[in-house]
Amino acid sequence: MKMTGAQIICEGLVREGVEVIFGILGGAVLPLYDTLPQYPQLRHILTRHEQGAAHAAEGYARATGKVGVCMATSGPGATNLVTGIADAYLDSVPLVAITGQVARPFIGKDAFQEIDITGITLPITKHNYVALDVGSLARIVKEAFYLAGSGRPGPVLIDLPRDVQIDQVEFHYPSRVNLPGYKPPLQGHSVQIKKAAKLIDEAERPLIIAGRGVIVSGAYNELKQLAETAQIAVITTLLGISCFPESHILSFGMLGMHGMAYANMAVDAADVIIAIGMRFDDRATAKVSAFAPHARIIHIDIDPAEIGKNVRVDVPIVGDVKAVLSALNKQVISTEHIDWLHQLDDWRKEHPSTVIRGSEELLPQYVIRQIYESTRGQAIIVTGVGQNQMWAAQHYWYNKPNSLISSGGLGTMGFELPAAMGAKVGCPDEIVWCVAGDGGFQMTIQELATIVQEKVAVKIAIINNGYLGMVRQWQELFYGRRYVATPLSGPDFVKIAQAYGLPGLRVTRKEEVAPAIEEAMEYQGPFLIDFMVEPEENVYPMVLPGASLAEVLEEPKGEVAAWPRRSTP
Amino acid sequence: MAATKHTLVALVENKPGVLNRMASLFRRRGFNIESIAVGHSEVPHLSRMTIVVDGSTAMVEQVRKQLDKVIDVVRVSDITGDDTVDRELALIKVKATSSTRNEIIEIVDIFRASIVDVASGSLTIEVTGDEDKINSLFNLLRSFGIKEIARTGRIAMTRGASGSLSVEESLSKARNKRQKTA
Ligand SMILES: Cc1ncc(C[n+]2csc(CCOP(=O)(O)OP(=O)(O)O)c2C)c(N)n1
Ligand SMILES: [Mg+2]
Repeated sequence: MKMTGAQIICEGLVREGVEVIFGILGGAVLPLYDTLPQYPQLRHILTRHEQGAAHAAEGYARATGKVGVCMATSGPGATNLVTGIADAYLDSVPLVAITGQVARPFIGKDAFQEIDITGITLPITKHNYVALDVGSLARIVKEAFYLAGSGRPGPVLIDLPRDVQIDQVEFHYPSRVNLPGYKPPLQGHSVQIKKAAKLIDEAERPLIIAGRGVIVSGAYNELKQLAETAQIAVITTLLGISCFPESHILSFGMLGMHGMAYANMAVDAADVIIAIGMRFDDRATAKVSAFAPHARIIHIDIDPAEIGKNVRVDVPIVGDVKAVLSALNKQVISTEHIDWLHQLDDWRKEHPSTVIRGSEELLPQYVIRQIYESTRGQAIIVTGVGQNQMWAAQHYWYNKPNSLISSGGLGTMGFELPAAMGAKVGCPDEIVWCVAGDGGFQMTIQELATIVQEKVAVKIAIINNGYLGMVRQWQELFYGRRYVATPLSGPDFVKIAQAYGLPGLRVTRKEEVAPAIEEAMEYQGPFLIDFMVEPEENVYPMVLPGASLAEVLEEPKGEVAAWPRRSTP
Repeated sequence: MAATKHTLVALVENKPGVLNRMASLFRRRGFNIESIAVGHSEVPHLSRMTIVVDGSTAMVEQVRKQLDKVIDVVRVSDITGDDTVDRELALIKVKATSSTRNEIIEIVDIFRASIVDVASGSLTIEVTGDEDKINSLFNLLRSFGIKEIARTGRIAMTRGASGSLSVEESLSKARNKRQKTA
């Protein structure tokens, strides 16, 4: 059957299992949008900014593991997607972005709203296409979804000239792709796996550092089996959080600049590190030359280019984390590391890191802890960037797989609200809490209109410290407390919520926190709470820039309320 | 780490944007590409590229792996230090008068180069060889006055019966190669 380019795109989306598209239309995608009603299975959510569309598609993808889809018109529509595409690229999020382009005769002539979006996104996409011929469209859609979702996932962009959307061709959707240059490795090399098993068996102070690769490959059980069989403590990166239950007896928190002191000390003392689906980001390693000075390192990752990029590796294993771990689990023998685990426990007792200072003030950490208590840890938490992000990582206990969604690599303020919206659209039965910074929230605040229009019941907790807090913290510590361009005044977020059509509450005192959260959860739709927290609260522990993980700075001593640890559920 | 000259050979799909993506990976890391030569390979839709860059071995290896990730790159190898045949072609236009013409022709003969164009005030010489040979010829001709030079940049191939980068073998090896350790 003959179909138009626009129909072919829609057919492809349906065949790839797409259920929702986030986007904003414009002249160059009008034919495509005009075709959408023929495909009622494709829900379109009109965001209020294309950046919101890209982050929403990311939130959807991060929460469901499926490929997220966003759409924009040519020129400014396409450039507005760029931040979201870059964010997806750095955090390996599967995304297909479809942009309109001027008609072929106008390409290269600086036509109205013509921009070289494939050129612009070249370094921030896994691959991109300009579909110059309607005959190639079906193949391009097929390949785009395959590339975005397989191997190390990432964003793929399809640029679609307006006239190609109208052209017609016989429709045939390919059943397979033919990409000789792309064969993502799956099974790890058996010799390497054997070497790794031997190293693990010989280790006295082994440690697992798990990253988002565990979540992407769904290797929760395999990771647990490895940790339990060989009695290895598990720490995670920021994006690895929730790949291993944090209430597990072998869980030892997050490492890095704002990681737990005991986790950083463990890395410093370990003799064998099994790094799984993580990329030794500088926020995780701190001073890289002093990273894990006593450890031999096993690095398991699907991307060969990550091996040896930042740290020297003794046993590299290139492959899918799940496949590699199940092979490795067949060889690792059951052992115990009683002394070492005792040592780690002692460090955790001496340097608790996640206790909250006893205070009458409304502390941001306390807000996060209450969200944990009220949701019984069953929520998906989507964070902004900055202090709110670090507190959300530290003070909520992630026991549920894939329950933290955060912009790690790019650290994009404004990620929180649209990403939370996308997560809730993808997982309508889950409770989704958006932990927002008062600064970042204002970068994509207009998506409040979208969540109201589309009835997306996200619960929003603004950690309102009246500052671009994380930057203020740096100014306090390193720039003599000169708060240049970090104070924020206003707006009244509760009134804003009301104007957009959702209920809002302001919380200024500790005792109001729990009731407000309960009220938000009982309410059927989206709900906003403006938590007016202690303005100059800092994030600790902290490894200062240039320092090694061993030199972790802890919170200045105060009265502490212990956070009871629980045993394995 | 010390920077040395590296020769990378890549087989790439002949599609728009490939060269751009590859060049971008070098640019981002501040590499200067010394030469790049592209042409058809023995398979119609695949091109073969020879890239010469200056950089530390670790950095070049990192770029090589990144190049290998480009979807349209089928395979890329660093053949620095391998037993290879390296060739470059240059066209040199040199000033020639009736008194210098014979001397130039003699030099051209010694280098087994050839004269491909003769004009009243100049000779155009075609020479093939490795870079040293072309540089030596260039140096000898310099005293006559060089008007123009065009060089193709290096192309290279490993010696022996089996082409380490023959398309057929590469396609089958591509998978295993990716498994290979760092
Ligand atoms: C788009 C963007 N611009 C600037 C920054 C730099 N930056 C990092 S954290 C931060 C402060 C964030 O303030 P807020 O959203 O209020 O969060 P807080 O740290 O106060 O919790 C800034 C400006 C960034 N990460 N992203
Ligand atoms: Mg703030």
